Amino acid sequence: METLAIVGASLAGLSAARAARAKGFAGRLVIVGDEAERPYDRPPLSKDFLLGRMTAGDLALEAGNEDLQAEWLLGHRALGLDGEAKAIMLEDGTIIAADGIVIATGASARRLPSLEGFTNVHTLRTLDDSRQLAAELLPGRRLVIIGAGFIGAEVASTASSLGLEVTLVNAEPVPFSAALGAEMGEVVAGLQVSRGVALLRDTTIDSVESAGGRVTGLNLTNGQRLAADLVLVGIGAVPNTAWLSFSGLDVKNGVLCDAAGRTNLPGIVAAGDCAAWFDERAETHRRVEHWTSATEQAEIAVEALLGAAPSAAKPKPHYFWSDQHGVKLQFAGNAGEADRVEIEAGSAQAHDLLAVYYRASEPVAVLGMNQPRLFVKWRRALAQAAASAPTSSVPA
Amino acid sequence: MHRACPLNDLARGDAIRLDTSPPIAVFHTEEGELFAIDDTCTHQDASLADGWVEGCEVECPLHASKFDLRTGAVDSPPAKLPVRVHEVAVIDGDIMVIESQEAPNLPPGLTVGGHV
Repeated sequence: METLAIVGASLAGLSAARAARAKGFAGRLVIVGDEAERPYDRPPLSKDFLLGRMTAGDLALEAGNEDLQAEWLLGHRALGLDGEAKAIMLEDGTIIAADGIVIATGASARRLPSLEGFTNVHTLRTLDDSRQLAAELLPGRRLVIIGAGFIGAEVASTASSLGLEVTLVNAEPVPFSAALGAEMGEVVAGLQVSRGVALLRDTTIDSVESAGGRVTGLNLTNGQRLAADLVLVGIGAVPNTAWLSFSGLDVKNGVLCDAAGRTNLPGIVAAGDCAAWFDERAETHRRVEHWTSATEQAEIAVEALLGAAPSAAKPKPHYFWSDQHGVKLQFAGNAGEADRVEIEAGSAQAHDLLAVYYRASEPVAVLGMNQPRLFVKWRRALAQAAASAPTSSVPA
Repeated sequence: MHRACPLNDLARGDAIRLDTSPPIAVFHTEEGELFAIDDTCTHQDASLADGWVEGCEVECPLHASKFDLRTGAVDSPPAKLPVRVHEVAVIDGDIMVIESQEAPNLPPGLTVGGHV
């Protein structure tokens, strides 16, 4: 392989580039990114960066002396891909022909059509988004957050610590239930409420009141009216795959890949938020937006692309974390597989629990709240169980 | 030189955190080797003594950065800077740590004395 092109210059793209060099790829390495910034870490955008405790420099993912010997094309959006010819077309008309391609274009914040075009409505995905939101987080303001997912909950935490009056509006009855299950979703909801965040459940926007291009109030389907100084829409993300129309790649909710990141076209792999890998345990394609998946998938996909021997590392259960109101939430595994949850240590009231999710007698997931040491032990036990179970296997 | 604990009190696979400034983590690996590195992850405030040790690497308990116990080098993001490694000796049955004289790489918001 002479030229390897990576489309996407965030965590998955950078991880792919590092993996390629680590596996001995010595050819031409081209990295395309639509944002002008060097690769940066996104989780703090809703937490310490939004609070002003971290700077943009702190977010940089590259070490100061790191040199991947790559051609960085930053601030260049990819507009199209010819999958047969393995040619990438950029916004400015440049064509990049490659022998191997890693698609790592990530995902964008999902938007609400009824809230488009207002100057005080925000989404949060990029450094610019976080800067714009930070400038608006002034004490005493009323912030309405649409969607009590993790981004919404983290911004609720940050904003309430800055003295804003925060309301979370959730379409479902129990927040976080898709990720944590209903029982533990309720526990995390309780954390938000105990810290003064108003949580409205099972309701959505019915109509929007505005003046001078700004939203001033939201009327909800439950009949309530919320006055708002600013609004954050945190209702999930959509994969950045529009540029792959006519590429010949199979794309549904994400680029469809096998369990090693290979797409339906030879020489093209995908990793991270834009990719839906085949999950052998669930027997379906799944798009996993966790930070850890972006790094792990990038490495596996590059190995598959270069034909390198897969590393001996066993696949670990999905892992993600969240920081809310000073509580470190950590979760590993899949809550959807469980039939019951046991609190093994601490308590829900004190927000320091360690909860294990079981299917019959088998642990399938674990949640920790301010329990990093115990959580690591359980996460490890889950990984060992997954590695020895016949339903899971090392990706080919 | 810091006294950690009697060797007999630190089982293989375990780690302890010393309340030095900055804190130091001492690991007794499954293979029976002893290592000491700075306890605080260089990315954010987390105790590496709580981390996941595999072979000669510890993974930060929070955000999965991996550090080499022998060299302190970081192998996985989000951390970018290495931790210091310290010399370990067993003297009269006690684990002793000789602290490195290098400047530590502490995460944003932390100093040798603690939080800013």
